[in-house]
Amino acid sequence: MHWFVKISAFNTPFTSPELTPLLLSHFTTTSCIGHGLTPTLDALRQRRSGLAPCDFDTVDLATYIGQVAGVDKVTLRADLRDFNCRNNRLLQMTLEQDGFADAVHAARQKYGADRIGIFLGTSTAGILQTELAYRRRDATTGALPADFKYGTTHNTFSASDFTHRYFGLSGPAVAVSSACSSSAKVFASARRMIEVGLIDAAVVGGVDSLCLTTLYGFNALGLLSAQPCRPYDRDRNGISIGEAAAVVLLERLPDDLDADAVLLLGIGESSDAYHMSSPHPDGLGATIAMRDALAMADLVPEQIDYINLHGTATQTNDAAEGKAVSALFGPATAVSSTKGATGHTLGAAGGLEAVICALALQQGLLPGGVHTAQCDPALPLNYLLQNQMRRIDHVLTNSFGFGGTNCSLVFGRADSSFP
Amino acid sequence: MTTLTAYIEGIGLLGPGLNDWPTGCAILRGDTAYQFQPTLLQAPPSLPAAERRRCGPMVKLSLAVGHEAAAMAGLDVTTLPTVFSASGGDGKNCDEICTMLASDDRLISPTRFHNSVHNAAAGYWSIATGAMASSSVLCAYDASFGAGLLEALAQVAVDRTPCLLIASDTRYPEPLNAARPIAAEFAVALALVPARSAQSLAKITLRLTSAPAGTMADAGLEQIRAHIPAARSLPLLACLARRESAALVIDYLHNCRLAVDLSPCS
Repeated sequence: MHWFVKISAFNTPFTSPELTPLLLSHFTTTSCIGHGLTPTLDALRQRRSGLAPCDFDTVDLATYIGQVAGVDKVTLRADLRDFNCRNNRLLQMTLEQDGFADAVHAARQKYGADRIGIFLGTSTAGILQTELAYRRRDATTGALPADFKYGTTHNTFSASDFTHRYFGLSGPAVAVSSACSSSAKVFASARRMIEVGLIDAAVVGGVDSLCLTTLYGFNALGLLSAQPCRPYDRDRNGISIGEAAAVVLLERLPDDLDADAVLLLGIGESSDAYHMSSPHPDGLGATIAMRDALAMADLVPEQIDYINLHGTATQTNDAAEGKAVSALFGPATAVSSTKGATGHTLGAAGGLEAVICALALQQGLLPGGVHTAQCDPALPLNYLLQNQMRRIDHVLTNSFGFGGTNCSLVFGRADSSFP
Repeated sequence: MTTLTAYIEGIGLLGPGLNDWPTGCAILRGDTAYQFQPTLLQAPPSLPAAERRRCGPMVKLSLAVGHEAAAMAGLDVTTLPTVFSASGGDGKNCDEICTMLASDDRLISPTRFHNSVHNAAAGYWSIATGAMASSSVLCAYDASFGAGLLEALAQVAVDRTPCLLIASDTRYPEPLNAARPIAAEFAVALALVPARSAQSLAKITLRLTSAPAGTMADAGLEQIRAHIPAARSLPLLACLARRESAALVIDYLHNCRLAVDLSPCS
């Protein structure tokens, strides 16, 4: 059944700090659980994890990874070959799924090439390209090989630059790179530029791909689990690194909306001011981000039906986040981390989990955590170990990162915001 | 055409032969001749001892200009939202990680890894100041200064709060320097507020344009403007130094630039 919600009578601008809702008009994602929305949804329904023992490149670490199949078979569009690296191959693969590229082309026709912004999060972009080039340095001069291109691969901007050129746009383009909050924070940057009238639509999301820097880096911090990660488990012992891309076309609300259309309702951002690689022990920064996101959405905690946790499965992250969520929401709100299925996709996690939240709202699917066997009794939360199927109106998702950067997003169904 | 407006209340500067804003101001006004000198980096006194030991050039640059601009504006750093923009991460740290990962000993240190994140300067700033406000951390390659300015002005306009913009760049050592030459360490900070006050130095209005970016008349300054992304700010800083009304075009993307109108407040 298909019906519309007439919103024009209700679509009056809110006064600050409430957010004028924005529409997630099109979205798609690629991760180790699926290429595109249908396989992703199937994997969530079947509680399937994409984590497998690490066999990436020459990595000799006893850990699990969430690797996307087929990335290296992608050939970048001929005019964009300078951008060739694993990160941009994963990105192009994603842009071409689920009719996403067609939707952006249509938006370009509708609004103009200078009225669409690109805001993509990434932590390591195409640094793998540099890691590989360092193995091929000239034996006498130490020079990198002549085919190495820094700006269009390694540089943090390369994915946003690629997307900007892929769609032939001339509006603002930027990479947000605040570690594991990157592709949640893109929603904040895009929303401000739409709100102020500089652009009419934005491609937001993120992409991060497997590389040695993050695998050996998290290993150095003692944060890699030797098993598939178990978020919020009593015996959790670290993360599993994954790779993903997620893209969302964000637009102002049209006059007619599908009842199950997904809206961005609130954003909260904060900094921990505590430590470079450990979260504030009481989750103080996380609390501020969640509280501000609720305030912007004009919702109280009881109105959130499901929380997609940051839930990396490190001892400290889950303890700090769990404390903050428990203090703000109490023990009843349904919560889970989907990282047991996808792995921690770092700078792409916020975007991937925003898409999972959108699917959850549309399908009435609350995904139970995968791999978690026994919830940590020190964290009194309604952590889902099985899927639940029921209508939900509002969800919140958390993304936190190194450097103490926090971002919470609130999404809702159109027919609950405009009944 | 949508325009964004804010008031500039503080400026921080640190670059080659530009040791702080007063020094840079005299050069940009034309009172003192510009001479290229290696950028003077100091360990940030605001950081706790452990973090001071661990931080790299990107953090030193960013904190120096951030503190200078915030102090000039008299803004409370503990509640001040920030925008950090850099065209790359810490160059030396990146080279050391890539060298180790290409060797037989891949056991990089935890500090080296957490210093490799693009938001390292933002994290250290937050620790140094106790600021729990939001921080946007951006990269747009050669367009990084323009991207930071646009983001900061959008924050001021939409959130109606002050905002501190910090744009910084460090050099890569060889072999990466050959692929990505940056002329020198350089950072600039602007403290921006939504409404004019007694502290306001100039009103800034910005819109997008396809017109070409302006350049610096002085050959030495033009050399650094053209070869350091954060130094794309120099034409703007020169107008601020001369306290003159100006319409200028600041470099941004290959097909989009920033038209900036400046008018002094005193």
